[in-house]
Amino acid sequence: MPDRWRIALLLAPAVLVIAGLFMGGLVLGFARSLNYMPLIGLNDVNLEAYVAILSSSGFYRSLLLSTYISFISTAISCVLAVGAALILRRTFIGKPIVNFLFQVNLTVPHLVGAIGILYLFSQSGFFARLAYEFDLIARPADFPAMVFDPLAIGIILQYVWKEVPFIGIILLANMQTFSKDYEAAARSLGAGRWQSFRFVLLPLILPGLLSASMIVFAFTFGAYEIPALLGQNFPSALPVLAYDKFTDVDLAARPEAMALAMIITAASALMVYGYVRLARRHVRS
Amino acid sequence: MSGQGTFENRKGLSGIAWLSLALLITWLILPLLPLALWSVSRSWYFPDILPSDYGLQAWTYVFSDTAGVLKALLQTTIIALGTTVLAALIGVPAGRALGLYQFKGKAFFEILILAPIIVPGIAVVLGIHVVFLKTGLANNLAGVMIVHLIPALPYMVLVMAGVFANYNPLAEGQARSLGANPAQVFWYVTLPAILPGLLMGCFFTFLVSWSQYILTLVIGGGRVVTLPLLLFNFASAGRNDITGAIGILYVLPGIIVLLLAARHLSGRTAAGSLRQI
Repeated sequence: MPDRWRIALLLAPAVLVIAGLFMGGLVLGFARSLNYMPLIGLNDVNLEAYVAILSSSGFYRSLLLSTYISFISTAISCVLAVGAALILRRTFIGKPIVNFLFQVNLTVPHLVGAIGILYLFSQSGFFARLAYEFDLIARPADFPAMVFDPLAIGIILQYVWKEVPFIGIILLANMQTFSKDYEAAARSLGAGRWQSFRFVLLPLILPGLLSASMIVFAFTFGAYEIPALLGQNFPSALPVLAYDKFTDVDLAARPEAMALAMIITAASALMVYGYVRLARRHVRS
Repeated sequence: MSGQGTFENRKGLSGIAWLSLALLITWLILPLLPLALWSVSRSWYFPDILPSDYGLQAWTYVFSDTAGVLKALLQTTIIALGTTVLAALIGVPAGRALGLYQFKGKAFFEILILAPIIVPGIAVVLGIHVVFLKTGLANNLAGVMIVHLIPALPYMVLVMAGVFANYNPLAEGQARSLGANPAQVFWYVTLPAILPGLLMGCFFTFLVSWSQYILTLVIGGGRVVTLPLLLFNFASAGRNDITGAIGILYVLPGIIVLLLAARHLSGRTAAGSLRQI
């Protein structure tokens, strides 16, 4: 059997599943967002759903909120993950245990982390009680709102908690693939610690860091359960807004839910694209 | 290299590095502690730092037949196992194609198969829901298993492509020339060689399915109740003790497997294959 057929056969099941489920879902969602669904007797294409969404101020506030959450979470996670990887790649006593503890929450679902953040940072949570103990606050309401808050601090804390190990592990695996000779050479030529990091190590790990942060960015932009649990009601994150429209008793809201789904898809694809472009330019300079 | 030992050569960590490491690890573990404490607390009101009374009522509830938590645990497990088996059957061949061969259009197929990692599940599932309804796949376990393939399959393909990139297929030809049939070749030659990577892929896939919330919620339609769905409901309802118990029950399998697999996971294969995205 020639290789071409062999490859086609090997790939076929996966391509069928992805094309059928994933692309199918997107195409059907797009059709429905245009109010087109012959299956249930809708044959007229129109843009009403998009007009309705794009002319509501709530949408722009949700879009802004989701973008803000993604940017801040990704940026903080990247910085902390690079720092963690720089420490964890060195040899020290107790490294296997530290490594294990560093990886543990990779297995912990986001939702569990979100609940943990809720119990730590809510106004009657652990840190509020600690503040009361030290006479910093007199009642729960005095504690600054960090969940259900406009700045989405709880949501960002949850993402940072979950994504630092994710990015860190990828960076560590990345760092294992090249020797420390480059840095040693830079140092022996008189480069300082910062210089050897900035001009030697960082360019080497940048591709890994970029792909990891891309995944994190897209995830934090499209995740539902974390903002649903920790976010304020209005404005809500885009995925929460989409699901609320989807479950609206008024079936006319369905196309709007689909339009939001399309906007989420387009926005995450666009941002990932722009991000990669921007980053590539930075790598070259 | 002279002086007190350079950055590259020094063994051990400086005080600041130890401190940051301790802070980091504390921060990573911290959110899990209130869940564990709540699960064994009977009364824990503001401003008590620790529960004022302990009890096992939450655990009794979780393990009672009427609560439905055990049923949810069973359903979550069946779905995750089913998704993992499907992903392995579909993902191993695809990983072989992408890892072992160079061919025209390879980049296209890579992007296609990896796209679900980037595009949020909620954007896909709202559209596909109507098809699942029409084909009888909505509101049951099989449908949820299938929809979990969307986020899970890419990880399996990714890991297996990494495995097959370092795989030498020559031994398969030798086995064939000695008279082995395709099944024997796979069972005695291919499988043992890819097994460590395959187990890793299965672990990832299992965890991806195990963690799904919105896909299960939409396709399961409230009929398929998994642990995360219960957890969300109890957390929103403010039943912190039961939330804590379900939460601990929910994270234990993953942590135990990680303990068993820690040696393999710290290797390059796991995250190394993620690097290829």
